[in-house]
Amino acid sequence: MQPVPNISAYCLISPNKIFLDGQIIFEHPGSAGIFLDKTYDHLDFPYPKFYKMDNLCKLGFLAVEILLKGRSHEKKYSDSETGLVLSNSHASLDVDLKYSKTIHSGASPALFVYTLPNIVIGEISIRHHFKGENAFFVFKHFDGNFMAEYVSGLIENKLIKSCICGWVDILKEDYRAILFLVETGGGENKLPFNADNLNKLNESEHG
Amino acid sequence: MRNVYVTADNIFSPLGKNTFTNMDSLKKGITGIQLHKTNISPEPFYASLFSPEEKRDEELITYFERIIINSALDAMQQIDFDPGNKKNGFILSTTKGNISLIENLSDENIPENRVSLNTSAGIIANYLGFVSEPLVISHACISGLLAIITGMRLIQSGVHENIVISGADLISTFIFSGFRSFQAISPGPCKPFDAARDGISLGEAAATIILSANKTPDAILLGGGSVSNDANHISGPSRTGEELFLAIGRALNQAGTHADEIDFISAHGTATRFNDEMEAKAFHLASLSEVPTNSLKGYYGHTLGAAGILESIVTINSMRDNIILPSFGFKTPGTEMPVNIVKELKQEKLNKCLKTASGFGGCNAALVILNY
Repeated sequence: MQPVPNISAYCLISPNKIFLDGQIIFEHPGSAGIFLDKTYDHLDFPYPKFYKMDNLCKLGFLAVEILLKGRSHEKKYSDSETGLVLSNSHASLDVDLKYSKTIHSGASPALFVYTLPNIVIGEISIRHHFKGENAFFVFKHFDGNFMAEYVSGLIENKLIKSCICGWVDILKEDYRAILFLVETGGGENKLPFNADNLNKLNESEHG
Repeated sequence: MRNVYVTADNIFSPLGKNTFTNMDSLKKGITGIQLHKTNISPEPFYASLFSPEEKRDEELITYFERIIINSALDAMQQIDFDPGNKKNGFILSTTKGNISLIENLSDENIPENRVSLNTSAGIIANYLGFVSEPLVISHACISGLLAIITGMRLIQSGVHENIVISGADLISTFIFSGFRSFQAISPGPCKPFDAARDGISLGEAAATIILSANKTPDAILLGGGSVSNDANHISGPSRTGEELFLAIGRALNQAGTHADEIDFISAHGTATRFNDEMEAKAFHLASLSEVPTNSLKGYYGHTLGAAGILESIVTINSMRDNIILPSFGFKTPGTEMPVNIVKELKQEKLNKCLKTASGFGGCNAALVILNY
């Protein structure tokens, strides 16, 4: 019998606040753009590519950075053993609106490349050398049932051993990310990885 | 694990409104790519497009949604599909959906809800009569293949008994201007894997494939599928092809087969210099260099969210007809790693085939299709 997957950590980013495993770890006033840049400054590591990213990528990138900080995740798993399964409601509409304005005045390739929601998976993969299974789904609301079913299937079929899954959504000033680190085993604060726990953590105010 | 069978399909493209008429055109060597002068771009360009007279939004249904509805209805009618059963699902694959609705509008006039992919999926699923919640996949150029792989997994795990998977994209100013800004558009019709290849041609289409846990008389089934990421660059493919190779290896493994048993490959073959080279390297790593291979982009252009579904359907119907279609637009080998690109229509018994796709964000997908 295979070991049951657990949630070893979860990170919630909602306007102007960040929570890790339910505990607030950072807050800063200002617009979405300012808040995301301040979070990057706070994390204090050099990654100049961050400034090229659109806000959806920045949001997902930072949530994963916080989720994996100090965990030596890349030492525990080979490149292809970590999956990335993300979802949201607005796809890439936030940057679509910005790109759309450049169409008639010299279309911007630097913006166009971000007009696909799965680019956030690409940015996270480049940073952490994740080469495993990945998928981007669009839902009206976070769907813990689907997420648990899909990710459990990938683990059961031995396609991955760990997964970062959840929700990364932004449209203008309205943003929310809740990402879960799923592993077979996991740390001391582990919770069973199932639909109930995903939905419960998503609905609780502090992640 | 349960077997997953292909039970019905439709291709709705400028070459025809059902799979039969499309296969007929392909066998005759007809391409949908032509020079177009439209309001999509100030300059004329080569692409495979629906006629402007056809491309009209209705009051409640956009043309994007209409072509998916027509495609899905044709496939569903072939097998008397019951959308009223909760175990029967619907997946929509698209990169940009109704994106043309936001062009030329100021921020306060943007119909945020109407342009949402969830809204389109809801309208389509409702029109078709589904009672289960539709699933939307938007994953760049692998969307269609990932939708099939996801559908396969949802049947294997017992979530669904039958699943309708439709994909589509229309070429708007938004999409065309973006690819042009990347200097990715070929000045002529695209030439996948050719020495003189110089970029993509875009194309419009909808396509639908229906998967089932129940065996069908002709028993085409999905053996296995996998997805990987290059972890290298968001807009350029891997330099080594190792990650597509990784996805191919897992798909073959899941299907319980080996490279030497693969009879045919339907490649992504966008006709950019880097994509085709990367694929050639991946096929080399997978010991698939000598397997007859084609790209269908020379007939349809790059149909984005429809591509993986449309090209899988052509592969499946090639298996039914025991033919290999030539790679339209290919004359002279032009990849560093040699690949066996098919130049002429061949009669061949096809038992095991491979379909691949790659896209922005560094994503790759591979699917093994079996004929028993």
